[in-house]
Amino acid sequence: MDLILEPLGSPIIVRALLASAMVGIVCAVVGTYVVLRGIAFIGDAIAHAGFPGVVVAFMLGWPLYVGAAIAAVGTALSIGVVTRRAGIRQDTAIGVLFAGTFAFGVFLFSTIQGYVADLFSFLFGNVLAIGPQDLVALLVLGGGVVLTVAILWKELLYATFDPLGAAASGIPVERLEYLFLTLVALTIVVSLQAVGIILVVAMLVTPAATAQLLAVRFTRLMLIAAMVGVSSAVVGLYLSYWFDVASGATIVLVQTILFAVALVAGPRGLLGRRATRAAAATGAAEAAR
Amino acid sequence: MSLTDVSAGYGDRVALEHVTVSVARGSLLAVVGPNGAGKSTLLKLMAGLVEPWSGRVEILGGPPGREARRVAYVPQAELVDWGFPVTVEDVVMMGRFPRLGPVRRPGREDRRAVVEALAQVDMDHHLGTQIGRLSGGQRRRVFLARALAAEPDLFLLDEPVTGIDPTTQELLMDLLEAQARRNRTVVATTHDLAAAAQRFEQVLAINRTVVAYGPAGMLLDADVLAKAYGGHLLVLPGGAAILDDAHHHDDAAPGERHFHDRDAH
Repeated sequence: MDLILEPLGSPIIVRALLASAMVGIVCAVVGTYVVLRGIAFIGDAIAHAGFPGVVVAFMLGWPLYVGAAIAAVGTALSIGVVTRRAGIRQDTAIGVLFAGTFAFGVFLFSTIQGYVADLFSFLFGNVLAIGPQDLVALLVLGGGVVLTVAILWKELLYATFDPLGAAASGIPVERLEYLFLTLVALTIVVSLQAVGIILVVAMLVTPAATAQLLAVRFTRLMLIAAMVGVSSAVVGLYLSYWFDVASGATIVLVQTILFAVALVAGPRGLLGRRATRAAAATGAAEAAR
Repeated sequence: MSLTDVSAGYGDRVALEHVTVSVARGSLLAVVGPNGAGKSTLLKLMAGLVEPWSGRVEILGGPPGREARRVAYVPQAELVDWGFPVTVEDVVMMGRFPRLGPVRRPGREDRRAVVEALAQVDMDHHLGTQIGRLSGGQRRRVFLARALAAEPDLFLLDEPVTGIDPTTQELLMDLLEAQARRNRTVVATTHDLAAAAQRFEQVLAINRTVVAYGPAGMLLDADVLAKAYGGHLLVLPGGAAILDDAHHHDDAAPGERHFHDRDAH
C-alpha cells in the first residue's frame, strides 16, 4: 500500500499522475479516429514537425508549448491541403514533409550552445518536469479537445466511416477533416512533455489498436481505449518511479504489453480467432449431420 | 434535377463530356454503360461530391449540396470498410445524423425510424451485428435502410444490385419502386441490364456522354446497346445480344480507399 500512497506525498508525482491520465484520455479519444482512418503515419509526422517549433520557441524565449502548437497545427493543415490537392501519393508527401521539418529542428538544435535539458524532455518526454502552470495549460487544452470530440463525435464518425455518403447528405466532411487534423496536432502538443515527440504516436495508436481487438462497437471501442490509455499511463508512471526509469518509455511499454495481451488472448486475437474458427467448424459439422 | 452541358473528371482525366440530362421528380432511373463510362462520376456530380469542370448542375431546385439533407447517397460496396467497428443499427442511424446536427444525440424517434427502415429491408433482426459479418446482399440492404431512414427526396445509389442474390434484388427493387411512386426520385447505376430493362422506368445509357435516354424498354434495341457498349457487345442474328462487361468499379477518384473483403473478424 505504501508503495502506492507514498509517492502521492510529492506534488511533482501528483502533477505527473494528473498529466499522464489526461494525456491517456485525450490520446485515446482522438487516437480512436486516427486508427479507424488509418492515419497513424500522419500522427507521427505531425509530432516530429512540432520539434522545430519547440526549438524556435526555446531560442526566442517563448513558452515551448506555443512553438510546438504553431508548428504542429501548421503541419497538420498543410498535410490536409497536400492530401486533397497534390498530385503525389499522400504517404510520400508526408514522408518528405516529416523528415524535412524534423531535420530542420535538429539543425537548429545543434546551433544552440549550453544547457538544453528542456529540449531533451520534449524529445523523449519527462512527465516529472511538468510544473503547475504546464499542468493547467495541459488540462485546459486537453479538455478542449475532448469537448470538441464530444460535440462532433457523430459527424466525425460518419465522415470517417463513409466520407462520400456523409458529404452527400450535407455533413461538412472537408472542414471536419481540417478540424480533425488540428485536434490531432493539439493532442500531440498536450502529450509532448509527458511522452516526447518520438513516442507520442504510440499513445495515439496503441490504446485504440488494443481496443479494436476487444470491441465491435465504436462507442465501446473509444471507452476501452480511454481505459487502456489512463491505466497504462498511471501504471507506467508508478513503474518508472519505483524503478527510476524513463517515464514516457515505461508508459508506452505498458501499452505495448497490453496490446500484445489483447492480440494473443482477446476474442478477435490470435487465440480467440482460433477458438471461433473451431466453434464454427464444429457448428458446421453438426449442421451437416 | 438537371445537368446542362456538364463535363467532369479527375486530375487531367476526362470522365464525362457535354452531358445534358433532366430527370423529373418521381423518376425511377437506371444509369447504364460499360466500365469507365462515367456512371459513378455522374452520380457523384448529382450528389455534389464532384465539381463539374464546366456546365451547370441543378439538384432539387438548387446547386448540388444546398439541399443535401434531402439527398441520400449510397456508395459502391468496395468503398466501405467492412471491418469498421459499427453495427447494423449504427450504420442506419448515420442516416439520421444530418438532421440531428451536432451535439444532439439520437432520440426515441430516430431509433424508431431506424428499426422501421431495417424492417422494410427485412434486417430488423440483425440490429447488433457488426457489418463485416453480413453477406453481400445483407450489406446492400443495410445501406438501403440507411438511405430510407434519412427520408430523402432523392436517392443516389451506386451499383445497389450488383453481385447480390435475386431475392435481395427483388426486395430492393420493390422498395425503390414504392419510393418512386411516393414521388421520390431514384437514380441508380447498374451493370445489370436485365434489371435495368425490367425493373426501372427510365434508362440513361452513357459512355462518357449521353448515348441514349428514354423509357427502359429501349434497352431491347440492339442499336442503343451497340452505341453504349461498342466492342463489348456481340449481337446475334435473331436479336439476342451477348455483353462482355464484368463489373469492376470504375472512376476511382484519387485518394479513395477501396476495401476488398479483407478478413474483418
